[in-house]
Amino acid sequence: MSSRDIKCIVWDLDNTIWDGVLLEDREVSLKPAIASIIDTLDKRGILHSIASKNDSELALAKLAELGLEHYFLYPEIHWSSKSSSIRAIQKNLNIGFDTMLFIDDQSFELDEVDNEQLGVICMHADHYKDLLNDPRLMPRFITEDSARRREMYVADQLRKSEEMQYEGPSEQFLASLDMQFTVNLATENDLQRVEELTIRTNQLNSTGITYSYEQLVQLIHDPDYALLVCELTDKYGTYGKIGIALVKTTAPTWHIELLLMSCRVMSRGVGTLLITYIMNQAKLHNCKLQAHFIDTGRNRMMNISYRFSGFTVKHDDGNGRYLFEHSLETIPSYPNYVMLEAPDLLSIERLEEELYGLS
Amino acid sequence: MDYREQLRAFINENISFTHEGATLSDDDNYFELRFVNSLFAMRLVDFVEQTFGIEITNEDLDLQYFSTINELQALVSRKLEQKGA
Repeated sequence: MSSRDIKCIVWDLDNTIWDGVLLEDREVSLKPAIASIIDTLDKRGILHSIASKNDSELALAKLAELGLEHYFLYPEIHWSSKSSSIRAIQKNLNIGFDTMLFIDDQSFELDEVDNEQLGVICMHADHYKDLLNDPRLMPRFITEDSARRREMYVADQLRKSEEMQYEGPSEQFLASLDMQFTVNLATENDLQRVEELTIRTNQLNSTGITYSYEQLVQLIHDPDYALLVCELTDKYGTYGKIGIALVKTTAPTWHIELLLMSCRVMSRGVGTLLITYIMNQAKLHNCKLQAHFIDTGRNRMMNISYRFSGFTVKHDDGNGRYLFEHSLETIPSYPNYVMLEAPDLLSIERLEEELYGLS
Repeated sequence: MDYREQLRAFINENISFTHEGATLSDDDNYFELRFVNSLFAMRLVDFVEQTFGIEITNEDLDLQYFSTINELQALVSRKLEQKGA
């Protein structure tokens, strides 16, 4: 048994979600407590999908009648093998096979999936009542973003289908999304998500350093530091909190201690937006700007983002630790396909100091 | 060797300019003309490495070397010479 967290449950329908076989029995009825189990897991940020050999139209109509249809992402309802369904779901959600749990009442189906050796965890439908107590289905934190994870995937589903239909330059497509990028100083409510991001983000992560919740609490109360949290929304909804930066804002030189951006928004062309914003802020406050970068072997994209934003190497310790510096003479302009809503940092901090007496 | 044709094709495919019909000269700095996102930057580095079979090291990651088609031409030639030497 794997001890990794489960991100998605793939359900069979007949004799798993409901008692009976839809195409044979006149009436099928939900298994006891199953609706509330699905709902509770959904609120924990666990995704649900379906792999069922059934008539797609009838099955979806039945789910709608039972009030469950909206929980399931990328349902696979047809007569092909369950392993092929699971592959399709995995591809659409872009998660690891070993974070998927497949539930079915037929040993044949469980064995078929197991035989493919994808790493998918298989469970017999008889045990569904144990799900709520399964540690792999209990995330360490339930953040605001986990509770609305399904909504974010639904929005992604819409975006994907529209992006596929869209012909023309990708920037025109980006402009059609009405994206809004918001930067704010982190509050205590954001910190669990910030910690989660430092753990989950690898490629667009400038140092790979993780911070504990307690360290983060100290940092947001430290007037020498600004911890920034970014959120991206578009016409389909929110992507959630997708980026953070920790900036030491003491004169005469600001330091970007950590910068990271979720890989989910990479194709949205907003990766370097935060860097550009910090450059503008440093310049506005007549400070220089430096940034720390640690080569983790996986974060080359962040290195390239810094360098191509005009940062040069100020110091290199020969062991993959770099100090970058930017002259701030020319700062790239903001892209015109996204609206930026961001405060002037220092004036906010000063205001907070006055309000809360922080020194 | 002149690699500009390939480089031009890649740049034109991957970035678009607001003025329709505007063409990019080999000395135009596309990083100054428009906002460049991480994804384009990463693709450009990947493209240069894969197309010409060279490795871009941390020292090579200077914005200037990547900013015009002529600069890219010089970078690729230099790296290929080093490799051949």
